[in-house]
Amino acid sequence: MIEFINVSKQFGATVALNNLNLSFQPGRITGLFGPNGAGKSTSLKMISGLNRPDRGEIRVHGQAPVGCKDSIAYLPEIDHLYPWMNIKQAAGFMQSFYADWDEEKYRELLAFLNLDEQMKISKISKGQRAKTKLLLAAARHSRYLLLDEPLSGIDILTREEIIQTLIRDYREGEQTVIISTHEIDDVEALVDEVVFLNRGQVKLSGNADQLREEKGMSLVEIMKEEFRHAN
Amino acid sequence: MDFDLARPIYQQIIDDFKKQMIRGELRKGERIPSQREYAEKARINPNTVQRAYREMENMRMVETLRGQGTYVNISEEDLQMLRKGMARAVLKNFVMEMRALGFDDEETLIMLQAEQTGGEGDNKQ
Repeated sequence: MIEFINVSKQFGATVALNNLNLSFQPGRITGLFGPNGAGKSTSLKMISGLNRPDRGEIRVHGQAPVGCKDSIAYLPEIDHLYPWMNIKQAAGFMQSFYADWDEEKYRELLAFLNLDEQMKISKISKGQRAKTKLLLAAARHSRYLLLDEPLSGIDILTREEIIQTLIRDYREGEQTVIISTHEIDDVEALVDEVVFLNRGQVKLSGNADQLREEKGMSLVEIMKEEFRHAN
Repeated sequence: MDFDLARPIYQQIIDDFKKQMIRGELRKGERIPSQREYAEKARINPNTVQRAYREMENMRMVETLRGQGTYVNISEEDLQMLRKGMARAVLKNFVMEMRALGFDDEETLIMLQAEQTGGEGDNKQ
């Protein structure tokens, strides 16, 4: 379980999180949705311990995030791979950092995603880079998997490959996945819980199928409806 | 299978299996895909599939044998009830749509009979 308790964060004059209270259900794939500047990336960075709240606290499995680094795999939105490395070197780099690196899983994902270890990061396409990022995050046997915009700016076929990988790779009940994205229509069937953020606060959250049942709308339509009134 | 994203997905999984059973495409004793196979093929959340399978077990449509898989296990009586139940839901919806179009039930019935006997005449104007 991941909990945000009265969490606030400001960057200069910009309020990123505004007394945010939120919990992510264990063993679920949660979609973290919201417009630009809603606080999605900031939230994920805080869970992975890369950012600290100004006020309030975050608990991962009852502990402060910094103490849980080993159980959290994080795919950042930015391009964090060293361009001079090839995939093999990038994997070796990750392996040296994390004890939960799963070599067998890495091999399997590599083949499934049609990637070649010898590919150099600086030479591959944007879609291949996105797949490499996913490969490196998912090849760990981590309890928590945080994905920040894993689909943005990627062609539809690659997006489908990534989604299929996530479904194949997901360990029912054991793993907690949070995926932030603008591409809600692509992940409609992938997520089972959703959190809509707006201006650093929770606008709406719940079970995806339950929300569909209550509102008779898809998640995309619910998002549009919620934010039409909000802004 | 294509899902209507404005309706609960687990419900649509159940409905799909119901239809296959009603049409006789899935018979008692036949194995259905494992939850994992189903999730991967249909590209849906494994927890959603799990919920659908669990409900189908509770409704006594299927039975999961540990380590062996999930099998159709519906009684003939339940199957007939399912068949009638689904037909009734379709009919109810049809009648409501016709009423919304301004047809009274008698008119609807006459049109339905005409449709059945191949009376396409009054569609062509």
